[in-house]
Amino acid sequence: MANKAFQRIYTQLEGITKATVSLKAAGVSNDELAVVNGRLAQVVKTKGDLVTLQIFSGTEGIPTDAEVTFLGAPPTLKVSEELAGRFFNAYGEPIDGGPAIDGEERQIGGPSVNPYKRKQPSELIPTGIAGIDLNNTLVSGQKIPFFADADQPYNNVMAQVALRADVDKIILGGMGLSNDDYLYFKHEFESAGALEKIISFVNTTEQPPVERLLIPDMALTAAEYFAVDKNEKVLVLLTDMTLYADALSIVSNRMDQIPSKDSMPGSLYSDLAKIYEKAVQLPDGGSITIIAVTTLNDGDITHAIPDNTGYITEGQLFLRSDPDSGKVIIDPFRSLSRLKQLVQGKKTRDDHSQVMNASVRLYSDAQNAKTKLENGFDLSDYDLRCLDYAKAYATRLLAIDVNLNTDEMLDTAWGLFGEFFTKAETGIKQVFIDKYWPDQK
Amino acid sequence: MKSTGKVTGIVSNLVTVLTDGPVSQNEICYIDCEGTKLMAEVIKVNGKSAAVQVFESTRGLKNGNTVEFEDRMLEVSLGPGLLSSSYDGLQNDLTTMTGVFLKRGEYTDPLNHEKLWDFTPIAKPGDKVIAADWLGEVKEGWLPHKIMVPFSFKGEFTVKSIVPAGQYNIDTAVAVLTDAEGEDVNVTMVQKWPVKVAIKGYREKPRPSRIMETGVRVIDTLNPIAEGGTGFIPGPFGCGKTVLQHAIAKQGDAEVIVMAACGERANEVVEIFTEFPELIDPHTGRHLMERTTIICNTSNMPVAAREASVYTAMTICEYYRAMGMKVLLLADSTSRWAQALREMSNRMEELPGADAFPVDLSSIISSFYARAGMVVLNNGQTGSVTFIGTVSPAGGNLKEPVTESTKKAARCFYALEQNRADKKRYPAVNPIDSYSKYLEYPEIREYLSEKVTPGWVEMVEKTKNIIRKGRDAQEQINILGDDGVPMTYHELFWKSELVDFVILQQDAFDAIDSVTPMDRQEYMLRLVLDICDMEFNFEDFEQCRNYFKELINILKQMNYSEFHGESFNKFQDQLNNLLSNGK
Repeated sequence: MANKAFQRIYTQLEGITKATVSLKAAGVSNDELAVVNGRLAQVVKTKGDLVTLQIFSGTEGIPTDAEVTFLGAPPTLKVSEELAGRFFNAYGEPIDGGPAIDGEERQIGGPSVNPYKRKQPSELIPTGIAGIDLNNTLVSGQKIPFFADADQPYNNVMAQVALRADVDKIILGGMGLSNDDYLYFKHEFESAGALEKIISFVNTTEQPPVERLLIPDMALTAAEYFAVDKNEKVLVLLTDMTLYADALSIVSNRMDQIPSKDSMPGSLYSDLAKIYEKAVQLPDGGSITIIAVTTLNDGDITHAIPDNTGYITEGQLFLRSDPDSGKVIIDPFRSLSRLKQLVQGKKTRDDHSQVMNASVRLYSDAQNAKTKLENGFDLSDYDLRCLDYAKAYATRLLAIDVNLNTDEMLDTAWGLFGEFFTKAETGIKQVFIDKYWPDQK
Repeated sequence: MKSTGKVTGIVSNLVTVLTDGPVSQNEICYIDCEGTKLMAEVIKVNGKSAAVQVFESTRGLKNGNTVEFEDRMLEVSLGPGLLSSSYDGLQNDLTTMTGVFLKRGEYTDPLNHEKLWDFTPIAKPGDKVIAADWLGEVKEGWLPHKIMVPFSFKGEFTVKSIVPAGQYNIDTAVAVLTDAEGEDVNVTMVQKWPVKVAIKGYREKPRPSRIMETGVRVIDTLNPIAEGGTGFIPGPFGCGKTVLQHAIAKQGDAEVIVMAACGERANEVVEIFTEFPELIDPHTGRHLMERTTIICNTSNMPVAAREASVYTAMTICEYYRAMGMKVLLLADSTSRWAQALREMSNRMEELPGADAFPVDLSSIISSFYARAGMVVLNNGQTGSVTFIGTVSPAGGNLKEPVTESTKKAARCFYALEQNRADKKRYPAVNPIDSYSKYLEYPEIREYLSEKVTPGWVEMVEKTKNIIRKGRDAQEQINILGDDGVPMTYHELFWKSELVDFVILQQDAFDAIDSVTPMDRQEYMLRLVLDICDMEFNFEDFEQCRNYFKELINILKQMNYSEFHGESFNKFQDQLNNLLSNGK
């Protein structure tokens, strides 16, 4: 190799946009990193000897005679056990004041797992939240987002889920986190005494948006290290994927690409799939489970971001504030875990799916009763009982502050059935009624 | 001499190459990326500069990297051993790859070259043959896999010699043919074919004249798909597209099934890998996997290979059709394929059409659907490729380019409805909006009255009418209230609910209900229609509702029981009692 790319320094830019610069350079490889006046950048396009670089932290103040050095390699992360308990920025540099990580350097955004080598997910991930465990059970190797409006406490729920989940490592990928939320996560992890199993990659709102594009790949490279090399169960939290997609659209816009629906790039589906499909159950026992947050505009799920996400992920969880109980609940109607049947009744008690269906059906009867009430019709005795049940169900099971194990959830549900309904009204199979119906007081 | 070239530009997986010789559109080339050969396809040529789409990640590629052109298009290998294989979109065998991760530039052979096959000759020395004529056959599982004169052979050949019955591997020259000029050519059991070109080699392509049973009532009874027909299933996420497609794959009356998982979730493919080897084909009693080929290019695999995957799948189907087999191709989802086209068109900076899709999307889709169909082979036998694709419309809105273009190309339309899915009325196929154009074909109508029962199509139309009337009645009830409409409205509504619960809804996870053979479908439809013909005199709508709920419950129990079995007959008696009391 006569001229190693990273030895060359260029000082003449040909063009500058808000997110990219272009210059004439030779021997540059696709995806490789460069430093432009001290700012990290990545090669996104070459045309003849004209190279376009995407500057992660933006181009404000970059002069045409900026010093450009090519580093000869795409973005990497050093991986080792030392990652555990640490906080990093989007480039994988420590931001907690600790020492740099010593370890094997790996390229981020690596290849996908051969689908033939995957295993079918079959391990339950308990969270203690009945709206999840009872109605929308999570399975290791699953990928599922919270669909939530901006005013809902999705980050709190996610932190709770993470701390209760029985996993070996938790990796937080924070994109566009407000500084308050970042400190909240940090505080929650510290006070739970769980820091040693948590790794965080954080880009806050104070930092440039394009940097966010590195966060999921950084988090998932760390996740693959623990899941593949160490056979560990890893839970990856990504918040907020809407802000990630927004950053994608900024870059594609600057590169003059033609936008498709909702001004998102035409490759949005593939871009999101590349991240979510890293969720995997590996043959040797390790797994990567992804729980993400996709914030919605006023509950609109037809927008390109939630819509594409819905086609990629294995279900979605909706948060809703419930006026009857005054609590935030996991909406039992619109939420769905596509993999729940792989564990319900197999890894949990045999009555699980029947109890789940009956409790949701009765809750939907309560919604009908409510509509009747609003329209000024008379309510029957059954309607009134449904309404009372709905309130109790929302408070004791659906609310996100519930913390029970699955058996306790099922027992609570049976308790509610006994309190408000006759055996026939639940429509549950006779064998389960005989076994679990609560004794009359 | 093969042309070579040098990389001059890179945007994601679109690479421009300066060439030193002739290249052709869709020609395959390999780009040398520090020792790793990356496969790519020419998609545009401008002077000496060729734009190629790379089937792999282009990370680390540099301007100046060398490119070798292959002087051929993207091809697949066709021969014994395709069935029960799992390939990626470029026909690399996924099962023989090393390592948990897909390695860039790792290309594996789709066929096993060591395995010996029991060959029996069909042609004799002296026979005159043309492309696609059968020379011999091997047993692939239980299917007679024909060894044919390669499709690329032009003109007439004379069989000079053919090996006697015995065991050979696929590379053995099983026959020697002599062309018109007297040149001898060897024919092995394996041949290559470019995926983007339709395999001809048949005498004619008549209109479909038989239906293909799927065991799914809402398809077979209401909107049947023809053998050699085309259909598509659009629906928002969470409506049961994949469950419905898997049901068709498990039960479809076809000899060979090719499933193309195109840009979908990897865990869904894992489900096929895990379940299919366990499942038994209801038609032959053999393992499902034995008649199935899986082409798997999940959403995180390279986009360009996703585009190729549907063509790879279709070519394999056409190959088996040329053996006189009934082949079913299921592609999930064609929207992902269209999105792959969009990504490339975008990078090439072509002027976009609607929603930034390429302007020729519609013609690309219809020429793909046109490759399906029934054919009469050179020897007079028939073979067919039936194609059902799913479409994932953005935001669940059917007024988008992929759905609209597909609607022009496919003859059957199975619209999945969010509303039905929310009510857990599965399969969530909307009975009114969906259609099968085949029901208008005189050949198919004749076939149905012969095969099922005379007047069957009239019965089906009557059923649809009951559903339509029920819908209207329901709207009136919703507006005017239960007491505000005459009793007949309630009766109409509940008759349509009866059809809905007993005929339309079907439990895909129940061993008996999931597969309903045609004779059973006819029996149940007749039963339901007879009830719908009856006149009832209910005193109030509560009585009407309770009566029909009871009817529905009994008929649903019948659906769950073995046809004409003990418990089926018991419920039938209950039904008769209820009906004679109800009058």
